[in-house]
Amino acid sequence: MSMIRLMFYVMSFIAIASALYAALSKNLVRSIFVFFVTLFALAGLYVLALADFVAVTQVVIYVGGILVLILFAFMLSRRETLNVIQQRKSTFINMAKVPALILAALFLVVLVNVILKADADNLPWIKEAIAQKNVITPTSSTIDNIGVNLMTTYLLPFEAISILLLMALVGAAHLSRKEGSA
Amino acid sequence: MITLTDFLLVGAVLFSTGIYMIVSKRNSIQVLIGIELMLNAAILNLVAFGRFDKLKNSGQVFALFAIVLAAATTAVALAIILNVYRRYKTIDPDEIKNLRD
Repeated sequence: MSMIRLMFYVMSFIAIASALYAALSKNLVRSIFVFFVTLFALAGLYVLALADFVAVTQVVIYVGGILVLILFAFMLSRRETLNVIQQRKSTFINMAKVPALILAALFLVVLVNVILKADADNLPWIKEAIAQKNVITPTSSTIDNIGVNLMTTYLLPFEAISILLLMALVGAAHLSRKEGSA
Repeated sequence: MITLTDFLLVGAVLFSTGIYMIVSKRNSIQVLIGIELMLNAAILNLVAFGRFDKLKNSGQVFALFAIVLAAATTAVALAIILNVYRRYKTIDPDEIKNLRD
């Protein structure tokens, strides 16, 4: 039991520290690569929340797809303009960032207050789920249940998502074609 | 076992880091990374609550949907960023003031 807590603290420390580094780093490439680490640590947190299928999907789609896409976009845009942005940013470092810092800090305070007041572990429906043994335990396998639910209970959102993916595919292809052909 | 509040606190910290990135960064790609961080915080909450629904798996299924949606959003957003770069030769969101020409 304490081993799981230790793993949780390690994973959340890695996730938060790398997210903060990605937020504070001035170098774009470095913040993209540190974001890799954040996503992997979040996949570890999903495993600790007993959602192994979501964790594997996270690794496949986020780490394998989205980050490669971001790296592509970065490499297709030219380096000089990025450097200009970075240098100008470092001169205005204090003025531009104070409002963002205040906003983020106040939002964090509000969120933490809400979470501590809500006391999520003692919500009525969660107690009911625990009483009815409707809780995922470390020994139970959930993947077959997810598959069955995806094709029965959640069929409508599933189809809606597939149409939206098709629209995003067409839209991305339309947006990134050459300028002259329109 | 890890309590629900722990997951929610980690999610809150990641969410406000994402807000900080979105507001303060002067580079569209880093703004996009901030958006992804906020989405991931939301997915973490979904997964943490999804543990208490073994029969219907609502939390995990919608976490999967959110991951797929994030992938679609990122593809379109990067196409838009490349287009903006081609037109304005910059991807600083503060410099882009016109919608068309």
